[in-house]
Amino acid sequence: MTDTIAAAPAARSYQPHQRPLWQRILLTRESAVIAALLIVIAVSLATVRNFDSPLTVTYLVLDIAPILLIALPMALIIVTEEIDLSVASIVGLASVTLGLAVQAGVPMPAAILLTLTVGLVAGALNGFLITVVGLPSLAVTIGTLALFRGIAVGLLGTTAITDFPEFWTDLARDRIEGTPIPLIAIPIVLLFVIFSLVLHFTPFGRGIYAIGLNKEAAHFSGVHVGRTKFTLFVLSGVVSAFAGIFFTLNYGSARGDNATGLELSVIAAVLLGGVSIFGGRGALHGVFAGVLLIGVLGSALRLSNVSSDIINVITGVLLVLSVVGSSLLALARRARIGARKKDATPTAP
Amino acid sequence: MTSQLDRDARVPELTLSKVVKSFGPVVALRSGSLTLQPGSIHALVGENGAGKSTLVKIIAGLYRRDAGEFTLRGESVDFTSTAQAKEAGIAVIYQEPTLFPDLSVTENIFMGRQPTGRFGRIDRRAMRRETQEIFERLGVRLDPDRITEGLSIADQQIIEIAKAISLDARVLIMDEPTAALSGNEVERLFAVARGLRDEGRAILFISHRFDEVFDLCDTVTVMRDGAYVFTTPIAETSVDEIVRAMVGRDIQELFPKQETTVGEELLRVEGLDSPGVFHDISFSVRAGEIVGLAGLVGAGRSEVARAIFGVDGYTSGSVTVGGKPLPKRQPRAAMAAGIALVPEDRRKQGLVLESSVARNTTLAIRDRLSRLGILTTGRENTASQVWASRLEVKTSFLDTEAGTLSGGNQQKVVLGKWLATDPKVLIIDEPTRGIDVGTKSEVHRLLSELAGRGLGILMISSELPEVLGMADRVLVMREGRITAELTRDEATPESVMFAATHEQEPAR
Repeated sequence: MTDTIAAAPAARSYQPHQRPLWQRILLTRESAVIAALLIVIAVSLATVRNFDSPLTVTYLVLDIAPILLIALPMALIIVTEEIDLSVASIVGLASVTLGLAVQAGVPMPAAILLTLTVGLVAGALNGFLITVVGLPSLAVTIGTLALFRGIAVGLLGTTAITDFPEFWTDLARDRIEGTPIPLIAIPIVLLFVIFSLVLHFTPFGRGIYAIGLNKEAAHFSGVHVGRTKFTLFVLSGVVSAFAGIFFTLNYGSARGDNATGLELSVIAAVLLGGVSIFGGRGALHGVFAGVLLIGVLGSALRLSNVSSDIINVITGVLLVLSVVGSSLLALARRARIGARKKDATPTAP
Repeated sequence: MTSQLDRDARVPELTLSKVVKSFGPVVALRSGSLTLQPGSIHALVGENGAGKSTLVKIIAGLYRRDAGEFTLRGESVDFTSTAQAKEAGIAVIYQEPTLFPDLSVTENIFMGRQPTGRFGRIDRRAMRRETQEIFERLGVRLDPDRITEGLSIADQQIIEIAKAISLDARVLIMDEPTAALSGNEVERLFAVARGLRDEGRAILFISHRFDEVFDLCDTVTVMRDGAYVFTTPIAETSVDEIVRAMVGRDIQELFPKQETTVGEELLRVEGLDSPGVFHDISFSVRAGEIVGLAGLVGAGRSEVARAIFGVDGYTSGSVTVGGKPLPKRQPRAAMAAGIALVPEDRRKQGLVLESSVARNTTLAIRDRLSRLGILTTGRENTASQVWASRLEVKTSFLDTEAGTLSGGNQQKVVLGKWLATDPKVLIIDEPTRGIDVGTKSEVHRLLSELAGRGLGILMISSELPEVLGMADRVLVMREGRITAELTRDEATPESVMFAATHEQEPAR
C-alpha cells in the first residue's frame, strides 16, 4: 500500500508555504494586536506619569488575572463556534463555595479542591446540555449564567465572608521576589503554555479547529465532536472556579455577586485577540495580547484621570472596530469560497 | 427511429436547441435539445448526471445558458430569474413541494399575488371561489380552507399544480413527481396531467419509471452525458431501446478494470436496518474486490455507507471487519478497524474547505502523526507531501486552502486523506461526481490499482457505466432494499436499471 500508488510519473513537489516566513508571522491578526499593545505601552510610558511604577504593574496583573485565566478555555470554546456566557457566574459560585467552606472550618486546601469540583460540575452541566441534549450553547449558558449566579447569591445573600487565612490571601497578592509581578503570573503563564500546546500542537487541537470550520467534515474524519466540546466546557468551569478562588483571596471577600459581568470582558478580549466569532480561527498569543491591550489601555487612561465611563466607551469602540474588522474579513473569506461552491457543484440531476 | 419527431404545423410551445451550461471546468450540459408541443405529455429520461436537471433549471430560470437557443412560442428568451420564467407561463412541480405549512390551501395557491378588492383588502371570497373552480376542473377533492400542514405529498403537488393553473402556465414541468406517491395517488396525478394536456398545455414529465413513461407520455426524449440523444413518439419505441440509448457507449474501453484474484472476506454487513431509511441490508466485500452499489439517487445507498462507517446509527444488524464486530456510531472504531469512507459530499463532509491541503490530508491520521502527543506542521507537511504528489494534486503549496482547488483536485485531497489511513476497506461514495473527465479516469485507474493491491472497495455510484466498468459485483438498491446482486457478467445496463426501478425480482 505504501509504495507507488498510481505509478506516479515525475512526482510533483510542493512548497510548504505560499508566503515567505516574515509575511506569515507579521501579516496576521495576532501581530496586529501585539503591535497595538506595544504602541499603547510605548505611548503610555512616554506620556503617562507613574505608568512605569512597579505598583502599576502589580495592580494591572492582579486586575486582569481572572480575565487572562478564563480567556484561555474561552478562546478554545469560541474556536469550536460555541460560547460560554456562564463563566462569571461560576466565578461567583466558586467564591461563595470557598467562603462557606472556610467559614464552616474546612481547611483551605480541601476548600480549594471542593471549589474546583463545583466548577467542574458546573462546566459538566453546560457540556451535558450542549453536547448530549443538543441545545445551543448561547441559550444554555445564558440559562446557567442566571442559574449559577442565582445559587451563589441565594447561598450567601447580600453578606460577604471576609475571614480568610492570611497566608492564603497573601499568597494571592504577593509578588515574585525582586519583581513587581504577582505570584498569580506563574499559574497564568503555565496554563497559557499548556493551552497553547493543546490548541496548536496536538491532534485534539486540530480537532478543535476542524469542528469550528466544518462540524460535519470533522465528524466524518473521526473527530469526537461532542466529547471535544464537553471537555472544553468542563475545562472552562474548572478554570473559572480557579479564577474565582484567586478573585476571592485577592480581594479577601467572598460574595455572591463577585465578578458580575466579567464574561463580557473575557469574550471581548478573546475577540479582540483575533479569535473569530464564526469559529475555526484564532491563536492564543493573540488572545493573551488582547487581554493585555484592554488592561494596559484601561490602566493608562485611569492614571491619566480619564473617567471610567470614557474608558468603557474607548474599549467598547476598540472592540467593535476589531470585531467588525475581523467579521468582514471572515465573511469575505467565506464568500470567496462560497461563491466557488455555487459555481463548482451542479446539483446532481 | 432516431428520426426527429415529425414536425407538423403546430408552433412548439417551447424549444431548446444545443443548449450548453458549464460550472467552472465541469460541463453539466453539452448540448441539450428539447421541443415541447402544446397538448402533449413529453417524457425526459436519462441516467443520473445526464443533464436533465440542468436543462430543467435553465427552463425554470434558475440557471442561465452559456450558449444555444431557447425559444418560447417562437420567441427567443433568456430568463435571469425564476420570476421571469413564471411570468412567461412556465411552472415546475418538484418532487417535494415547498408550501407554507401554516397557511390554508387557498392562501398557498395565491401566495404573493392575492386578488385585492377595494382599499387593497385581500378578496378572500374571490380567492376561495377560484380555488374551488380549479379543483373541480382537475377533478380533485381538497378543502380550500384547511391548512397545508399534514397534507400528503400528493396533495401538496396538486396544490402546486393548481397554483400553476391559476397562473395560466402553458408549460408544466414535473420533476420526478411520482417518486413519493402511492399507486392511487399516481393514478390521480396522471388523470390531472391528462386533463391539462387536453386543455392544450405542454407537459414535461421526468421519471425513472419506464412503466409510467409508457403509460402517460406520448413522446420521449433521451439524454446522455449532458447531451440530447433522440426524440421519438412513445408508440414507436421500447424500454430496451430507451435504456440502450441512455447508457449507450462502450463501457469496456472507458474503464480498464484489472483482473484481480479475490481474497478473504474483509467486510461483512448483516441484516442492517434503519426504519424508513434502509432495510435488511446484507452483503460482504472481499480483498481485491470492487463491489458496486448501484441504484437511483435516494435509494438509501449513502445512508448504508454512513451507517457502516459509524457516522450514523442503525437499529439492528451487524457490521464485522475481519471477523470482529464493529460498534455502532463510532467512526474512530471503524477507522481503527481499517475502514475509510470517502463521502458523497466532499465540500460538506469530505473537506474542511477553509483549512489547508496539508491539514485536510492529515486530519484523519492526526493521532498517528503525533509524537508524545505533540503534532507539528512539519510532520503534517511531510505526510501530505507524500499523498499530494502520489495523487498529483494540482497546487504548488501545501498551505493552499482546500476550498480554492477544483472539484477534481479536492477529490484527490479527500482520497489522499483516506488512503493515508492505510485502510483495508475503502468505501467511496460517488467517486467521480462533478469532476472533469481527465481526473475521472485517474480516479478509476487508482481504484483499480488499489483493488489489485488487495484493498476491498465498496463503490457507490449513480453513473451506470462507472459501476458496470469498475465493479466485480454489483448490488442494486431500490427504496432502501437490496433488490439484486449481479455478477460482473450478469450486470448489464438493462439488468441494473431494471432492479433499480422495478418492484419485482429482476430478470436475469
